[in-house]
Amino acid sequence: MSALSREQVAHLAGLARIQMTDAELDKMAGELAVILDSVAQVGEVTAQDIPPMSHPLPLTNVTRPDVVRPLDERLTAQQALSGAPAQEDGRFEVPRILSED
Amino acid sequence: MSTNAIQPVLDYDEVLESFDPVMGLEVHVELSTHTKMFCGCPTDFGAEPNTQVCPVCLGLPGALPVVNAVGVESVIRIGLALNCQIASWCRFARKNYFYPDMPKNFQTSQYDEPIAFDGYLDVEIPSRTGDGVEVFRVEIERAHMEEDTGKSLHVGGSTGRIQGADYSLLDYNRAGIPLIEIVTKPVRGAGERMPEVAKAYVAAVRELMVALDVSDARMEQGSMRCDANVSLMPKGSAQLGTRTETKNVNSLRSVERAVRYEMMRQGAILADGGTVRQETRHWHEDTGVTTAGREKSDAEDYRYFPEPDLIPIATTTEQVEALRATLPEPPGLRRKRLQGEWGYSDREMGDVVSAGAVDLIDASVAAGATPAASRKWWTGEVARRANADGKELGDYALTPAFVAELDSLVRSGRLNDSMARQVMEGVLAQEGSPTEVADARGLELVQDDSALEAAVDAVLADNAAIADKVRGGKVQAAGALIGQVMKATKGQADAAQVRALILSRLGVEG
Repeated sequence: MSALSREQVAHLAGLARIQMTDAELDKMAGELAVILDSVAQVGEVTAQDIPPMSHPLPLTNVTRPDVVRPLDERLTAQQALSGAPAQEDGRFEVPRILSED
Repeated sequence: MSTNAIQPVLDYDEVLESFDPVMGLEVHVELSTHTKMFCGCPTDFGAEPNTQVCPVCLGLPGALPVVNAVGVESVIRIGLALNCQIASWCRFARKNYFYPDMPKNFQTSQYDEPIAFDGYLDVEIPSRTGDGVEVFRVEIERAHMEEDTGKSLHVGGSTGRIQGADYSLLDYNRAGIPLIEIVTKPVRGAGERMPEVAKAYVAAVRELMVALDVSDARMEQGSMRCDANVSLMPKGSAQLGTRTETKNVNSLRSVERAVRYEMMRQGAILADGGTVRQETRHWHEDTGVTTAGREKSDAEDYRYFPEPDLIPIATTTEQVEALRATLPEPPGLRRKRLQGEWGYSDREMGDVVSAGAVDLIDASVAAGATPAASRKWWTGEVARRANADGKELGDYALTPAFVAELDSLVRSGRLNDSMARQVMEGVLAQEGSPTEVADARGLELVQDDSALEAAVDAVLADNAAIADKVRGGKVQAAGALIGQVMKATKGQADAAQVRALILSRLGVEG
């Protein structure tokens, strides 16, 4: 039984910058616990000698040569900024990062 | 903010009476690959903002990264040069945090599987007696691959700093440039020499990166950066003290000063019975102090997990050994060899090293200059300017070939020392090669005896009284005559030759 506390959910929501009401926190704590329990069943069938898997394909060393992509396969500054809510002098404008002092 | 008020410091010697310093250094090196770590965008310094970007480095939905093969080779070579083990298999990891300099909202890095680990670097510090050097071994914890962040420009407020800014502007040209993070194990036992070890270590890493030809490693341009962790342990205690991490330490001199300052600041807190706060601190070059940075509360919770979009890296012994065969002669050994070949004293070699002139002298000697002349020119005027301008010797118009040419002009007797210095000025002022400068400025020793004799005779005729004194045996009075001849020939005569000529005209033995 993987219990997930309300505090843990609130912490994760904060890290993910997701604003949640008290009711939502209560609801998610329960629902996430169910998901965790379901996934935990995998542990019942794995043996000690099976390492955790992060990549399903048995590949290694997929690399590319150190060659610059042609201009038409990249973005111009104009294209890069086309979806930005605000811009100035070819740069992305973002709200104040730190509060005063 | 009260935590940023200037804090009291304890006298350095008193710190060492009560405490042993412990230090950990993190050095970030930007690789000089043509393209970024996970996409084919160029990495040129100083391009127009956001002109070296693509969906991958902007973190647009659906974009898939692919690893730069040269980036992997470079970090393996760095690891080997740092005497590290190379992982036979490792993965990338996502380091999750929200900050505008990372448009993906995570940095691709490595977590518990660094590609290189458990190494060491021997660094040299001047010996206590002042002659020669002592070797101090710095253990390396790991070297891993990650990517650089974008560059922020803070607008508004009075200082241009992030504090008090109205908003910020982001340029992502730098986002995704390969970055290698090199982390030391805790460095202990250096005592009062800890700040020197810090500086020497960073200098040695920098030298190694240049020798490996993997990075410009230019701290002033940000292609190499250092964070210094410092803590104090009460003498006799086995328990590590609370550490601070000082960021923005971006010159060799600052590394030394910042470590020293943190030792003195923490010493004052601990001696007063207080506790050091674990925090990030910022180094201020101008005032020579550190101030508290942002609080690290839950920002520390990076929720690392293996990067699913990047395939693991596997290395074979053959591949690693092939890369080991490409390693350059270790810089320390090379310096010793060259010092022997050039016949420099320890002090002379020390000056050459601190001026950053080893490679340039090597190239100058190869181009035909004598080691003595090469040292003289590279540690002279150009080094003085580089120091004053915060630049490197190679940033000026002087080249090894020019040094060889200038030396040859001196040795052939065309130029004397003072003329050679004028030619050097001209070369540095971008007036051309030494020969071109000498021609354009009309610098040439007068070797035409008849012209020189005429000048001597004219001066003797104008200064009959002095000439008589010299004839009467006051040879030292000839100095005034020599000076006048030199003036008349605009310094283009050889002073020794002028003296001999004057004395022989006056019938006096030199």
